[in-house]
Amino acid sequence: MNGDPRDGRIVIVGASLAGLRAAETLRDEGFAGSLTLIGDEAQPPYDRPPLSKQVLLGRVSAGDTGLPRRRPVDAHWRLGVRATGLDPLGKRVLLADGTEEPYDRLLIATGTRARPWPNPEEAALEGVFTLRTSGDAAGLAARLDAGPRRVLVIGAGFTGSEIASGCIERGLAVTVAERGPAPLVGALGGTLGALAAKLQRAHGVDLRCGVTVTALEGDRAGRLIGARFSDGTRIDADVAVVALGAVRNTEWVAESGIAAGPRGVTCDAGCRAFDMYGIVTDDVFAAGDVARFPHPLFEYQLLSLEHWGNAVAQAEVAAHNMVNPGPRRRPHLTVPAFWSSQFGLNIKSVGVPTFSDQVVIAQGSLKELRLVAVYGYRGRVTAAVSVNQAKSLEYYQRLIETAAPFPPAPGAADQGESPAPVPSDVPDPKVLSHGPTVALTGHLPDRRLTLVQPGR
Amino acid sequence: MAADPETLIERITDYASRPDPYPLYAELREHGVARQQNGSYLVGTYHEITALLHDPRISSDRRNRTEPDEAGDEEQGIPPSFIGLDDPEHHRLRSLAMRSFGPPHNPGRIDALHGEITRIVQDLLAQLRTRDRIDLVDEFAYPLPVTVICRLLGVPTEDEPTFRGWSDTIVSGLDPARGADPTERQRAAADARRAMGIYLGELAASRRGNPGADMLSAFATDPGPDHGGFNQIEIMTTAVLLLIAGHETTVNLITNGMLTLLRHPEALERLRDEPALMPRAVEELLRYEPPVQMLPQRTPLADIEINGVTVPRGAPLILVLASGSRDPRRFPEPDRFDPGREDNQHLGFGGGVHSCFGAPLARLETQAALTALIQHLDAPRLVEDPPPYRRSPVLRGPRHLLIDHDRAGG
Repeated sequence: MNGDPRDGRIVIVGASLAGLRAAETLRDEGFAGSLTLIGDEAQPPYDRPPLSKQVLLGRVSAGDTGLPRRRPVDAHWRLGVRATGLDPLGKRVLLADGTEEPYDRLLIATGTRARPWPNPEEAALEGVFTLRTSGDAAGLAARLDAGPRRVLVIGAGFTGSEIASGCIERGLAVTVAERGPAPLVGALGGTLGALAAKLQRAHGVDLRCGVTVTALEGDRAGRLIGARFSDGTRIDADVAVVALGAVRNTEWVAESGIAAGPRGVTCDAGCRAFDMYGIVTDDVFAAGDVARFPHPLFEYQLLSLEHWGNAVAQAEVAAHNMVNPGPRRRPHLTVPAFWSSQFGLNIKSVGVPTFSDQVVIAQGSLKELRLVAVYGYRGRVTAAVSVNQAKSLEYYQRLIETAAPFPPAPGAADQGESPAPVPSDVPDPKVLSHGPTVALTGHLPDRRLTLVQPGR
Repeated sequence: MAADPETLIERITDYASRPDPYPLYAELREHGVARQQNGSYLVGTYHEITALLHDPRISSDRRNRTEPDEAGDEEQGIPPSFIGLDDPEHHRLRSLAMRSFGPPHNPGRIDALHGEITRIVQDLLAQLRTRDRIDLVDEFAYPLPVTVICRLLGVPTEDEPTFRGWSDTIVSGLDPARGADPTERQRAAADARRAMGIYLGELAASRRGNPGADMLSAFATDPGPDHGGFNQIEIMTTAVLLLIAGHETTVNLITNGMLTLLRHPEALERLRDEPALMPRAVEELLRYEPPVQMLPQRTPLADIEINGVTVPRGAPLILVLASGSRDPRRFPEPDRFDPGREDNQHLGFGGGVHSCFGAPLARLETQAALTALIQHLDAPRLVEDPPPYRRSPVLRGPRHLLIDHDRAGG
């Protein structure tokens, strides 16, 4: 880059949370050059967490989750047009409408999309949904308003569980099909997965674990009428929500030489993207759900985080680094954190629960539905998850940041009834049917295996 | 001569320090954690205080002290309210009280008080404007929150002289210094708590037949969640806590606030021109001149290490919030009052599971009070600076604040 880093031309591909916050940070940091935001959705940046919560309950309309603006960004907005390619040598982004946008520095913040149902004919049946965009949420909410006889939720990760919770709250009959042994296992491991299973059943969910959906059935008019499962059973259902995790939007850079693939765009701690040879670029940055970055608290494993807070924090670091010279640049070190609300519970997590070999109920109890589960890996604290006890998490965040010994020191006033660590039972990412919200995209810590992508 | 850090608590609680304890807090921060001659430990740095506020091994129940004091002796009075209990009991009682005060069961409760607070403020102001010299404490900052908390709880305002006496006695029992006769003082405080509890408990019981929209009615009649509602003793302890907290703290926030604005005329002018800045200015007041200076009743349940100092299980641990909020390692230019300050995560309302129950109400009252005062008092000026202070080093604020102003129409 020549000249003043606060001048020139910056293009941000992806006009959602990370893209917007990066744009605002660039202007905050004094970037005075030209700024362009490209987004494939037509509407201005909006918030996604409410889509599977308040919007499905009918409390907020899908069109009303626009993100609050921190400041004017004075940007050229190109909304409703998809980026289709990247020419890193000519420094331009190619767009679906045949135009292109030249850049001096580029931020990739294209996020993820919902993983589609693998059978396109079944996916096209009326009544089959995914939930990622505001349009998805509007369609599903309208369908739930119409009072379907039974909703099938395929996949019991956070999104699937929140959808099931919303349906139960609306008084609808729900079946949840989960390939793993329990809901949320992919993100939280066995102990809290078992709790989630118990809770879903107590709320009246027809929860079926260890099964997959083998077929979605339609009538002659192309409407969903039911589903068949791998255990040979079948149900009637007129709505199905496919909640099998997310696919990272990296295809558009696949041929560009940037280190991008199904696990995201690999970048360094300063959000600079690597190229396919592992050489760091200095003009292409990545942030948000699409980024895959090394985290020093987790042995520099590459992490992909589908977290609201990470999108904001990483966008701020990327933007800062885009307009500052080397010695002034900052690493992205934020401790991962996310929350979920479902079945009357507030669930909050800090750290990386899947980066663990043991878990202990450090405070509260499963019985009271108010607890803190602390996760450890090889004798140090790596994560904590609270259920209806979010105010306690700050303490554990500090333990994670300081690599404190696991199990945590005893003495909590509301110490759990059985403070003995048990195996955390986090699954091997290879067998997940849907992505957890934190993906260790390197190797599992205690297994030292690497995943090879054949044919690439 | 360098002063002995082991005497910091004596010097902080010395009444002579009341107008300006901040240099002592700066000295405390130099020492990180300061063990006192009386065996207690003082912490005054921001990051250590926030860590301790969230540490589940730090008890708020004084009965966990190695040398329990009179305030923890149940034979002397009634059991602790939720501010002096730990989870899960603290959580159960606080959640029960919250059912009639805030979300999720009553999310609109405080916002709905906005109109009433504005009316009370206007009534009080109308009287102030008829005289050149006012005492802001007695004529405004005290009656406002007392009227509000009485309406909210359902306590007759006429009974104020009765419970004001109890309240003064209870607050003096919080004083962490081992003064002339702490035993006597704490026994008196326990007696006052019991008397006030009986009074409020009887009021609540009288509502069972014909409940109103007030919180005492809710306490008496709400069947609660699965584990049930309050019992009679719990109604007493909770009502005592809310009545005292509701009228011993906001009075200081409003008075400290006006005092600070009168000491910073440029800030006062700015707020007159930009009323939308008031919520942020109130946060800055909570940082700069907080009504609750310290939390004197914490106790570790295990030996814990803070900044290389081991605080033994059972030792009195005092978190000096007002010192943490002036920590230069957290706040740039901490001793400057900046009503537009950003990133202001002050300790004015504490933090962790015990973070201030009434914070939304205190914010609303103070914002309304200061906005009205600076809009309607013409050329206000301090009569004496510093003003005379109340005794308490914990709930710190002026006893009187005399202000001269140009009378309306005069």
